[in-house]
Amino acid sequence: MAFIPHTREDVESMLAAIGVDSIEQLFDEIPANLRLAALAGVPEAASEMEVGRLMTERARLDGRPLCFIGAGAYEHHIPAAVWAIATRGEFYSAYTPYQAEASQGTLQLLYEYQTMMASLTGMEVSNASLYDGASAMGEACLMAVRANRKSHSKRILVATTVHPHYRRTAASVAGNQELVFEELPYCTEEGCIPAAALGRYDGQDITALVIQQPNFFGRLEDVDALCDWAHARNILVVAVVNPTSLALLKPPGQWGAKGADIAVGEGQPLGVPLSSGGPYFGFMACRMEQVRHMPGRIIGRTLDAAGRTGFTLTLQAREQHIRRAKATSNICTNQGLLVTAATIYLSLMGPAGLERVAAASHARTRELVGALTRVPGVRRLFRGPVFHEEAVALDRPLAPVLEKLTARGILGGLDLGEHYPELGPALLVCATETKTSADIERYASALADCMREARAA
Amino acid sequence: MSNVPSDLKYTKTHEWVRTLPDGTVEVGITDHAQHALGDLVFVEVPEAGRKLSAGEPFAVVESVKAASDVYSPIAGEVTASNAALAAEPEAINSDAYGKGWLMRVRPSAAAGSALLSPEEYGKLIAEEGD
Repeated sequence: MAFIPHTREDVESMLAAIGVDSIEQLFDEIPANLRLAALAGVPEAASEMEVGRLMTERARLDGRPLCFIGAGAYEHHIPAAVWAIATRGEFYSAYTPYQAEASQGTLQLLYEYQTMMASLTGMEVSNASLYDGASAMGEACLMAVRANRKSHSKRILVATTVHPHYRRTAASVAGNQELVFEELPYCTEEGCIPAAALGRYDGQDITALVIQQPNFFGRLEDVDALCDWAHARNILVVAVVNPTSLALLKPPGQWGAKGADIAVGEGQPLGVPLSSGGPYFGFMACRMEQVRHMPGRIIGRTLDAAGRTGFTLTLQAREQHIRRAKATSNICTNQGLLVTAATIYLSLMGPAGLERVAAASHARTRELVGALTRVPGVRRLFRGPVFHEEAVALDRPLAPVLEKLTARGILGGLDLGEHYPELGPALLVCATETKTSADIERYASALADCMREARAA
Repeated sequence: MSNVPSDLKYTKTHEWVRTLPDGTVEVGITDHAQHALGDLVFVEVPEAGRKLSAGEPFAVVESVKAASDVYSPIAGEVTASNAALAAEPEAINSDAYGKGWLMRVRPSAAAGSALLSPEEYGKLIAEEGD
């Protein structure tokens, strides 16, 4: 099939067929005052050379800052082989081809991806990815409503230690489908959800509980207790997890006595570079008994007519091309190219490699927080263990200090004030395996200078 | 030609209804429906105790070709559902009016009846092109 834009003759013959004189006439019903001749602020077209130069100049303005911001997107080393392989012509496509007769390589890769994610999360089955971590959480809430047949309330308890952007996205994705989100308060001393806070929900009809591990503050929640509390009350558990952390932490499939019911998260740490927030990809895994409630593509392994192993889309009856409005989801784009990179990344790292990345990130973060809290006026905000992120409190306003650090080429962390104003001047910092002791020393000494200047001012 | 037993009632959406001696009714999908769907691979039946209004979807049947809702022919409360179908969905293909039953319902007092007779249902599927 040729994808060639319509010629003048094509357009004329189509207009003649429908008895219309011009394309303009098709838009007659749109009032003139609602039409725009041109978009304001959009400049004239530029050549590739001009655009290339402009972008190079803009990129130079960013410099190469030393980044200590995590908060949902993490800078990890990506072996050069990952994108060298992912961008081969056989894989490189803006769209994921699913035809079994033409796409065995892509389908096998997606099958391997699902196998790796199921193994990493400790769940029985994974889909072929979703749009991103935040929308995956929204989809998990919708799925929980379908899957939890003992609950009719569509009430979802969400820990306030879940990423604020995820909570907002879930409300956008699912809020118009009669789901009610209720926020579980966190303990400001410990930075996590106290099991005691759940008591007030005893005896109420709750559909699902959403918890993040490690949570937005990097802290480890008591996932076993939270999971068991929920299951004792017929509440499904949605686990939002960081895939790198699963090399060290207990996977959601093993939380509490029964394990979480649905595991989702952001796949970016697995071989996808930080790039203005995306494109990234979301992952989702669940129990086999609930696979028919799961959104998204699922690839299965089968035998062809000659008895050879082959791969194909499976369980398609859940999907929009068959079930239309009643599909498990109508917004479940998978991110084929990013998943390709992640699958190659995981293959290259192996379980031992991923564990080293996780352990190094944890060690660097401890080192970082140790160095920062030796600076006068800086202290750890919460008690208790963290993975590769931690909140520190400053004894003075944060914004001027962060500005001074940025001027020195250091992105000092995320200001928690926007989402958690009750914490006062609080900074969420992260160090992965990409940071050296010298980087950490540079940050600590710059912070000491900036704090001194701020005190003097 | 589809099997349309003469002792049952039917709906336009291809469910059958059997009145049991205790006053409850048993519901399933017709032989015509199972034939149109093809080999069934999964069936989701309702929980006992669920209250249904007439015309409300109460089950999902999934075949190798499609997944479809099944609509309650009658208002009432579910007293039982056929758990055996979880392991053996093909019972609907082989025995739509027997082992393939989906649920039993205690009709609510006000449940009106707009069900089709075997003759009317036979005519309906003949018109649809069997």
